[in-house]
Amino acid sequence: MQRFTKLFCELDQTTRTNEKVAVLENYFREAPPADAAWALAFLSGRTPPRVISTRNLWDWASVETGFPAWLMEECYESVGDLAEMLALLFQDSGGGTLLTLSQIVSERLLPIRELADISKRQLLVQTWRELNRPERLVWNKLITGEFRIGVSKTLVVRALANVAKVEPAIMAHRVLGKWQPTAEDFKQLLKPEGQSDFTARPYPFFLASPIEIKLKSGESIADEFGDVNDWQAEWKWDGIRAQLIHRAGETSIWSRGEEMVTDSFPELVNAGKFLSEGTVLDGEILAWRGDRPLIFGELQRRLGRKKVSDRTQRDFPIAFLAYDLLEKDGSDIRAESLEIRRTLLENVLEESAHRFASETPSEQTITQQSLALFTDETTESSNAFCLRLSPVLSVASWEELESIRSRARDEGVEGIMLKRRASSYGVGRPRGDWWKWKINPHVIDAVLIYAQRGHGRRANLYTDYTFGVWDKGELVPVAKAYSGLTDEEIRKVDHFVRKNSLEKHGPVRIVKPELVFELAFEAVLESTRHKSGIAVRFPRMNRWRHDKTPAEADTIENLRALTSSRPGLSIHELTHDT
Amino acid sequence: MLLQNTERGLFCSAGDFYIDPWKPVDFAVVTHAHSDHARWGSKHYLVSKIGEEIFRARLGPQANLQTLSFSESIARNGVKLSLHPAGHILGSAQIRVEFQGEVWVVSGDYKIESDNTCDAFEPIRCHTFVTESTFGLPIYKWSPQKEIFAEINEWWRDNQQKERTSVLFGYSLGKTQRLLAGLEGDIGPIFLHGAVANFIPAYQRAGVRFPAISVTKPENVRATRGKAMVIAPPSADNTPWLRKFGECSTAFASGWMQVRGTRRRRALDRGFALSDHVDWPGLMDTIKATGAEKIWATHGYTAPVVRWLRENGWDADAIKTEYEGESETEGEDLPETTEQNRED
Repeated sequence: MQRFTKLFCELDQTTRTNEKVAVLENYFREAPPADAAWALAFLSGRTPPRVISTRNLWDWASVETGFPAWLMEECYESVGDLAEMLALLFQDSGGGTLLTLSQIVSERLLPIRELADISKRQLLVQTWRELNRPERLVWNKLITGEFRIGVSKTLVVRALANVAKVEPAIMAHRVLGKWQPTAEDFKQLLKPEGQSDFTARPYPFFLASPIEIKLKSGESIADEFGDVNDWQAEWKWDGIRAQLIHRAGETSIWSRGEEMVTDSFPELVNAGKFLSEGTVLDGEILAWRGDRPLIFGELQRRLGRKKVSDRTQRDFPIAFLAYDLLEKDGSDIRAESLEIRRTLLENVLEESAHRFASETPSEQTITQQSLALFTDETTESSNAFCLRLSPVLSVASWEELESIRSRARDEGVEGIMLKRRASSYGVGRPRGDWWKWKINPHVIDAVLIYAQRGHGRRANLYTDYTFGVWDKGELVPVAKAYSGLTDEEIRKVDHFVRKNSLEKHGPVRIVKPELVFELAFEAVLESTRHKSGIAVRFPRMNRWRHDKTPAEADTIENLRALTSSRPGLSIHELTHDT
Repeated sequence: MLLQNTERGLFCSAGDFYIDPWKPVDFAVVTHAHSDHARWGSKHYLVSKIGEEIFRARLGPQANLQTLSFSESIARNGVKLSLHPAGHILGSAQIRVEFQGEVWVVSGDYKIESDNTCDAFEPIRCHTFVTESTFGLPIYKWSPQKEIFAEINEWWRDNQQKERTSVLFGYSLGKTQRLLAGLEGDIGPIFLHGAVANFIPAYQRAGVRFPAISVTKPENVRATRGKAMVIAPPSADNTPWLRKFGECSTAFASGWMQVRGTRRRRALDRGFALSDHVDWPGLMDTIKATGAEKIWATHGYTAPVVRWLRENGWDADAIKTEYEGESETEGEDLPETTEQNRED
């Protein structure tokens, strides 16, 4: 525990990437494998779920420290992190523990979940008393299931790869896969490269970099990207990035969060049967009806279901839009050029669609009859093959591409992807070969009306803002936004909020309507849940309009006018949602 | 009541004077020389003797200053006034006001743990205690400064090994001098940013001893890249001035660094929770030691402090003032004429 706490503190005390990797490497080399295995589990996001209910945690900490709940809440508001707040609240009693990390896990963290409340409390309080302040912070992070520190999984993988002397891609692969936090499995993770590295695991995803150029006069996309023929353009879908893997007769689906989402999409598992052995597709899962995507919210509603029944599949239809082929006939083809992979992808999908069509005719008829009660659209989509090819946009010039991009919103997509035809499939987000070019967002000017303190690194600072626009002489709230300002601007707004609060409602301050911000967002949707009758998607602050007075802010009519161009009109919303 | 809170500041009508007024008055008794407490424009000031030079620098050469040594007293309209060390910065004082057997003490800003740069705080018995509450939450409990300075010096040595200049941000008046006094001068050269160098001579003339300070001439600076310690105001972060020191490790010394979020937000390498203000246990101990039945909390976390005190049997109230305490922007020259400089 001492060593792990030291690692935690060292990672926390530097903002330099290389230093973080060095500190991690050092730890993985020197820590006993049994400890290192747990450390890796925690650092790669495999924290055991919360072992103590929040209610109990607050109650017991309150008794132990002698501070009432209201005072702890004040503290929490200032710290913005429960684990840290609790660590700071205790009087420094403990001199530290001699238990190792794996002992803390196996003797405290894992058993504590199973204990009855009385013993649970005893063990918790005993541990709090034993630990010193930094250890207590680490422990609190473990028991609250919120073990996040300023180190990305990529850095952890890089450090491990350096220790094992294997390629980072291989290590990423291994860390994604099935292993238990044991000394034995940890040693396996560090072994030299071997055949078994590729059984049922996804490949690391290749991520696109955003094109953020606001083309100034005289500048053109051609200057940046050269010949348009070197590039393949596709729609940028607004769904869940996923790999569909069919190996050893089984289909699994991994999302980009490196999560197995197989169980959420039985129709994709079914469709996977029609792929040949040893196939890995990269693509996007979308809510889909007929020949177009539905809004992302539809997919979210589907993901909210614990059990995916036939009914759910009918009510919330989906499709997998495949745009890359990473493995064919069991061979990794990521090193091939996109051009070659694309041709192979088209063949693979065509073959599987044929197989699907020839092997499921009778089933289809039955489905059709039993679904007579439902609308045509529903029937149509539920019996279609849900593996689809994400089309290539054929463009002869950059001008043409820009004009296609300008109608992306009407197509229900987020923008355009640009991929270099000659490029292989990379790992992570190296710049240069894959680009995403989003639609220019809508912008409005709105007035800051409420503010709330942020969390984590923004705790104690008013960073969460609600903005209003004019509706019959009143400012009605239309969007909440947290991002887009510089730290310096945030400090200034914070200062303003503190001095211009009109009222306090719990953590929310109503501020004098004075500051005007330009907000950017992707779409405006009608909403019955919001007072204003509309909701905006992905709002963020574009800039602070020092030059505008609140009276010059936009009106609700201006915003409503934008609802017509909402992406992917959802039939579902119109027919089922009341 | 002996003191009242008015729109100009705390006012004693019996004695006809104000304490730390934020608007010009005829007679101002001032606790210490930070700009939110010592403001321009009053006709007459009463300040501590040992802080005279600093007050002079803050209030201008024309200011009409009257000084008083600690524990000495004067009478004004029959009201007895005396100053007592507050341990916050050089010359910082608590103001004791006595009239017809009733005693009030106004703390200004204060710190319990004594250090080498100013007289040590002493609690004064009183009926009503007017206290700051900048860090009035139980999460604020300072480690002994000896431990913090050991960490700072170790960080400096560690940076030298990595050939990085150590840049330590702190406010110009009080914090800088305290940091300087706590550094081990034999580790390496120490440089000061111009904005934090101003008050050093005044401290030295008051008898405070510092390690040797190097002057930031280009030839000095180049020769000491990767070895030096630089003390600078927080506003010097990300400025060209810092670049001449080569690769740097940055840190901030402030009570706010107790919370990781505040440090991470500034993208600093290290945060040292070294504060010149009283922490929660110190606040509670002091309140008990004064024997006061009535507490006025002025600035900082006044609401939780007042509620806690009331729940524990005190007569307590929050008083709206325009003091900022150790605000995160303190020392970054707050506007002198803010209409409503409130932190509630």
